[in-house]
Amino acid sequence: MTEKTPLNRRQMAARVAQEFREGWLVNLGIGIPTLCSNFAKEVIFHSENGVIGYGPQVAEGEENINMVNAGGQHVSLLPGGSIVHHADAFAIIRAGYLDVSVLGSYEVAENGDFANWKTAGRKGGGIGGAMDLAVGAKQVFIIMEHTTRDGKPRLLKEVALPATARGVVKLLMTNLGLFDVTPGGFALREIAPGYSPEDVQAVTEAELLISPDLIQISGTG
Amino acid sequence: MIDKIFSSMDEAVADISDGSTIMFPGFGNTGIPRNLMAALLTQGAKNLIGISNGSGGRDDRIDIGVLVRARQFKKLVMAFTASPHPSRATIFNELYEAEEIEAELVTQGTMAERIRAAGAGIGAFYTPASVGTELAEGKEHRMIDGKEYVLEYPFHADYAFIRATRADTWGNLQFTLAQRNFNPIMAMAAKTTIVEVEEDILEAGAIDPDHVHTAGIFVDRIVKIPEDGIWDSVPQR
Repeated sequence: MTEKTPLNRRQMAARVAQEFREGWLVNLGIGIPTLCSNFAKEVIFHSENGVIGYGPQVAEGEENINMVNAGGQHVSLLPGGSIVHHADAFAIIRAGYLDVSVLGSYEVAENGDFANWKTAGRKGGGIGGAMDLAVGAKQVFIIMEHTTRDGKPRLLKEVALPATARGVVKLLMTNLGLFDVTPGGFALREIAPGYSPEDVQAVTEAELLISPDLIQISGTG
Repeated sequence: MIDKIFSSMDEAVADISDGSTIMFPGFGNTGIPRNLMAALLTQGAKNLIGISNGSGGRDDRIDIGVLVRARQFKKLVMAFTASPHPSRATIFNELYEAEEIEAELVTQGTMAERIRAAGAGIGAFYTPASVGTELAEGKEHRMIDGKEYVLEYPFHADYAFIRATRADTWGNLQFTLAQRNFNPIMAMAAKTTIVEVEEDILEAGAIDPDHVHTAGIFVDRIVKIPEDGIWDSVPQR
């Protein structure tokens, strides 16, 4: 029997990047989503600061001070790239030009609500552009660890933390599996090596649907 | 003859009074008007209201965090009022936790559009962002074509500090790549727009009119960054 092997950050990002289609306009959030750019081919990356068509992070010593992505990383601008100001960068987001927004999160609910801007017991929050991305993009994908550091579930019946947006998450990638967010709840489509659906359910608050075509995630990345 | 050139940063910010509202562009390490901020630190105006994407203060360079540390703000309007992690708390986060500074948290697209609206003569607008969240509580909602929106009002400002690569004597501006970010919309939204410029200021007509990013009519004061001024550099990794 295969040993239980949760996916690492790169593997989660690589699997989500497989969902991208050629020519898509894609916005990647800070954290694990950023890693998707290492695996995606022939998509256009959009950044909140108005950079359209950015490329990989450039080597130390070759940075252009005026070229950063939303994570503040010094990246290249690919041929065909363009620059707009901040209000237009968000016009692109709200008006539905983005094919997908990939975000990190603290919690996702089975109805597609998610919460990623405020943690319990802290004053204030860090929204950035998450509330715009969440309602504007054609699709919202989330990548996050399946449980908290204390082992508590993050796939919930209802979000406990303040919501970022309601009913928008379409696809969820965790270190234990790939889930479609369906009208019936989370549908486990692919599973990490060595895990059974029961293992995943045991660390999930919401009741999982199990795809009849459930397969093991191939460990790329 | 139209000439908006000021001889120093200090002169360009001298008349800013206590209680003014000021817009500060910048995203990542680029497009930040650090020289004007340094002059404002020296000038010492207090009880200011700042509009800025973040609160700076992540390194020892002059940014909005330095003005926060000097207690020059009464309030900041931002897209981030908490740090991503307690270990990365900034001076703003500490003062905010201690309730020694006020803040208004806005999602970044709404912030940008509220700034744009101020510069465009728009009285208010409906956006789908933040519907169903704490940020929309108490705000007017409206269903339009089956989709729910929330009403947001413009952000006006007394001053905008701007960082540009190139300017002419009329105040026509060019930015470089991601330096642009909030600069053009803030330049339009403030009563008085003050620009720090990296290159030598050109004669009117020297910038191709088709390649002007911000038209000079939005600009009031221009200052060349001196040799010993604050220049952008890539931080050490």
